[in-house]
Amino acid sequence: MYPADYRYTKDHEWIKVQGDIGTIGITDYAQQELGDVVFVDAPKVGAKLAPGKSFGSVESVKAVSEIYSPVSGEVTETNPLLVDTPEKINTDPHSAAWLIKLKLADPKEVASLMDAAAYEAYIAEQTKEHSA
Amino acid sequence: MLRSIFRRDNEKPSVNTSAAVELRKTALNSVHRRLGAKMVNFGGWDMPLEYSGIIAEHQAVRTRAGLFDVSHMGELEIRGPGALQLLQWVSCNNAAKLNVGQAHYSGLMTSRGTFVDDLLVHKISDTHYLLCVNAGNQDGDFQHIVANNKFDAGLENAGSRYSQLAIQGPHAAEILQKLTPAPLDTIRYYHFTFGKVGGVDCLIARTGYTGEDGFEIYFAPEYSDKLWTDLMQAGESAGMIPCGLGARNTLRLEAGMCLYGHEIDDTTTPWEAGLAWICKMEKAPFLGSDTLAQQKQAGLPRKLIGFEMLDKRIGRDGYPVLITGHEAGRVTSGCPAPFLKKNIGMAYVPSNENTVGAEIEIGIRGQAAPARIVALPFYKRPQ
Repeated sequence: MYPADYRYTKDHEWIKVQGDIGTIGITDYAQQELGDVVFVDAPKVGAKLAPGKSFGSVESVKAVSEIYSPVSGEVTETNPLLVDTPEKINTDPHSAAWLIKLKLADPKEVASLMDAAAYEAYIAEQTKEHSA
Repeated sequence: MLRSIFRRDNEKPSVNTSAAVELRKTALNSVHRRLGAKMVNFGGWDMPLEYSGIIAEHQAVRTRAGLFDVSHMGELEIRGPGALQLLQWVSCNNAAKLNVGQAHYSGLMTSRGTFVDDLLVHKISDTHYLLCVNAGNQDGDFQHIVANNKFDAGLENAGSRYSQLAIQGPHAAEILQKLTPAPLDTIRYYHFTFGKVGGVDCLIARTGYTGEDGFEIYFAPEYSDKLWTDLMQAGESAGMIPCGLGARNTLRLEAGMCLYGHEIDDTTTPWEAGLAWICKMEKAPFLGSDTLAQQKQAGLPRKLIGFEMLDKRIGRDGYPVLITGHEAGRVTSGCPAPFLKKNIGMAYVPSNENTVGAEIEIGIRGQAAPARIVALPFYKRPQ
């Protein structure tokens, strides 16, 4: 379910690194919790991001959720697919419905994020808390 | 992300969930969980927010049918020779106009002419009324009515004696008719009858909170599983699906209906909320009628409006309304309207600035997003 070559945050973003470019999206767990996604507020190309800083939001019918950058860098691309079909986040959150790409300021930052196994353990814990 | 998403509307964020008070459950709680519903704390009740998704559920009710467990709603019963007098004193609509078998929408008033709650009043007989009230307000409503019972009426806080299911949508009547000998085509809107559904004694009311045709049935909780199953089965071929409180909220907002704690509360009057049609001054005096008469004469400080967003952004509950750059009020409810495919909301604005067609702005995370005042309701079903 959760790609092994991605890294994950506690706020349920994923990042995939290729060279010095990172692609960021939200996880399947996040889209399930949000429900029907209806709007994505993405940053502008060129925006500078810092770890833990909000760079936009994903809105469902019911809720609005800020998105926080896992790492530092500069936005190089936003996903044009999400402008008219934000609901793709519900069906393909780990691939076609990526949110932004950024040029990493420090590729080493990614190492401090959770790997897939750690993230799966983390959401299992979250799920347990919610059903408790 | 997700830092904010568990705080859903009408609900204060709870800091420590493990220490939180045990949530109340309807008789259908395990059915909802078996169906995989996303559950949410609503007014102290553990309720289904959505099953297949708010948009799919919303569209089902507009085009086919949906089944809602609304057993969290409260029921109060007033009996005896003083029943009508008591109702007339505490509520703002004119219950003397009701016929047996008729229901109406009304407000339970404070002495300041504001809302303790909004409710449906069903006249069962000249000396017996059934009130359907909001889940979170039930006990407060009961105490308020008891405190104002100078008419020696009999009062019962009867919520635990009832389950309630809402069958809503253009196919609701044909689905329900499969299970009941009651001639549903003779029950007019806002009327009710007593009859069997699936062999179970029910109060069958042609009422709802979705803007569609439909029924709300009241019955003893022990039959909840059976009636849920019977109804789902009867509705299968018509495409009826289970619907949660998420769709209930988007449906009622599209239909321009008020929600307690949002459009109305103990600081708003029926005039301000656009509910003059349920506030009958000719039956005065009643609780708050002096203040209401004064406000009517002096003019209103604010009025409830409907708005639609002019770009893709969503003006949500609590966001500021900006008129010529200044904060003029707050959004009371705002969300995407799945059937109308617009983003809509309601808000209070100064009553001299409520002109339909006027352009306003909604403050969304520090930015001003354009919107326009539109007439209510946003959606009216085809007759």
